[in-house]
Amino acid sequence: MRASAASPHGGLTAKVDHTLFVVVSRLVAIIAIVTVLAIASPHFLTWGNLVNVSRQASLQFLIASGLTIVVLTGGIDLAIGAILGLAACLSASLIVQGHVFWGIVSALASGLACGTVSGTLITYGRIPAFIATYGMLWIAHGLGYVFMEGEVIYGLPDAFRFIGAGFVGPVPVPVIVAVALLVALHVMLHRTVLGRAIYAIGGNPAAARLSGMPVRRRLIAVYALSGMLAGFAALVAIARVNAADSSLGEDLLLPAIAAVCLGGTSLFGGVGGIAGTAIGSLILALVVNGMNLLGVETFWQNGVMGAIILASVLADQLGGSRLIGKR
Amino acid sequence: MTETKAPIVSMRGITKAYGGVQALKGVDLDIYLGEVHALVGDNAAGKSSLIKTLAGAVRPDAGTITFEGREVRIEDPRDAKALGIETVYQDLALADNLDVPANVFLGREITRRPPFGWFLDNRAMEERARGLLARLKINIPNVRLKVRAMSGGQRQSIAIARCVCFNARVIILDEPTAALGVQETGKVYALIREMRDQGCGVLLISHNLNHVFENCDRITVMKTGSLVGSRRVEETTQDEVVKMIVSGTADPPRAAGRPQPLAQPG
Ligand SMILES: Nc1ncnc2c1ncn2[C@@H]1O[C@H](COP(=O)(O)OP(=O)(O)O)[C@@H](O)[C@H]1O
Ligand SMILES: [Mg+2]
Repeated sequence: MRASAASPHGGLTAKVDHTLFVVVSRLVAIIAIVTVLAIASPHFLTWGNLVNVSRQASLQFLIASGLTIVVLTGGIDLAIGAILGLAACLSASLIVQGHVFWGIVSALASGLACGTVSGTLITYGRIPAFIATYGMLWIAHGLGYVFMEGEVIYGLPDAFRFIGAGFVGPVPVPVIVAVALLVALHVMLHRTVLGRAIYAIGGNPAAARLSGMPVRRRLIAVYALSGMLAGFAALVAIARVNAADSSLGEDLLLPAIAAVCLGGTSLFGGVGGIAGTAIGSLILALVVNGMNLLGVETFWQNGVMGAIILASVLADQLGGSRLIGKR
Repeated sequence: MTETKAPIVSMRGITKAYGGVQALKGVDLDIYLGEVHALVGDNAAGKSSLIKTLAGAVRPDAGTITFEGREVRIEDPRDAKALGIETVYQDLALADNLDVPANVFLGREITRRPPFGWFLDNRAMEERARGLLARLKINIPNVRLKVRAMSGGQRQSIAIARCVCFNARVIILDEPTAALGVQETGKVYALIREMRDQGCGVLLISHNLNHVFENCDRITVMKTGSLVGSRRVEETTQDEVVKMIVSGTADPPRAAGRPQPLAQPG
């Protein structure tokens, strides 16, 4: 509101301020965390631990990437963890029987299907995203539970495990996968018709609709993509841990939301990007690693995660100038 | 001159209720090419609702719309745009988080050739947006800025430029100067006159009768969802229009020898 009344020059500085604030504050956070951990724990700066952190950050990014795109449209997808769990169970059961190709297909297809259903409920069913994806969370979770009947699948073939546990030279494969996905999604968001629609719908849904954009079709595509990316993350996750059971996705939603918020993407939609989520995932992985190294009990860790979400959103509201609020 | 021409748009018997509120009670309206047609009336008269039915933003409960003599169905904004009907909405339908070219081409992005049809041609959009702003004498030094950072006048100019860019035949503007200063208002009206002179039909909602009398060719008055009357500016006075707005009734057009009834379908 105030910004629109400002002079063009005022607007320019305000914009720079916001971007600067997000970038600088995250850099400062990373430097601070690394410094503190390097001092507090002798194990932190070891090669093995840094590989561990980078792999954890990559997996975190894969899980949060679809959510980022949904949040950019002003929506939310609470089902990503549950979809990941379901996709993991389906694909693992096929992969241990030697059907690696069909296992991969089933993970992507089941994620795509769940996301398409969510998106259709939200657009044509006019159900708020919060409710529709919360319903989908329990459906996907229930399906995974019924499918597994409480069993655990373990012992996946080495060739498949390469995408989660392998190395190319000194670099863990999940890091390469995450960087490739980061580039692909960044291009999608800034260079394609779908990406333009994502930012327009998040910035002003009425303007998007009145401009003649096929808003409902684009939104379904976004939720479908979110589901499919959860299925993709499931493949890397089971390759990493070499096992799958129906509870695999249960604790993944909160950290994913934290990674998106830490990355400076506004929960109101239209502001932010996928690169931010990559940085957010790195910060989160550092924090979790630090808590583990320092022996912080698990039940504190979720509390810390919640506090991180609130603190990063609050910091952007206050420090990121008026620009992060809506119109 | 325009008296003998057929209207490009004829709306007949347009009716719309929002729940219990009867916003439009069978309204007729004609738009002619090369004319600026002002729609005036108190708040809640139904002006915005009427133009939204023409823009495809709202579906009427009843009534017909004829475009160039053919009856057309306008069910969503894309139908209206396909006919060359462009709209500048009252609440500035811009995406604040996008830059100028993105807003000008919103929903009609320029893409690369197949098989890369999903990819945006951002450079082409920026060049065309720059050319368009230059042609319309709109001063925006840095088009790459988000429109959130721009003044009310610049934003309104972008919304209008967006219409001009796509060879509009009919341009609808809902209170385009309500939030603008004197200078910016003057610029917007200069743009409107220019579009009229290029042969567009313009439908303009405004509360400022001075502006209406200075810039428009025809005035239609609405009150509580109904048409009160329609006059050519040279056949009426501000006093008469004010009386029509307030009382909701019209004396027969008093222009010497040249009555201009509006509702003359066909
Ligand atoms: N989306 C809507 N939902 C409910 N009522 C509406 C809506 N839009 C307009 N109205 C009502 O319809 C009537 C006409 O409104 P509007 O067309 O905006 O008038 P104007 O533009 O002349 O001020 C008003 O009583 C208004 O409250
Ligand atoms: Mg209005």
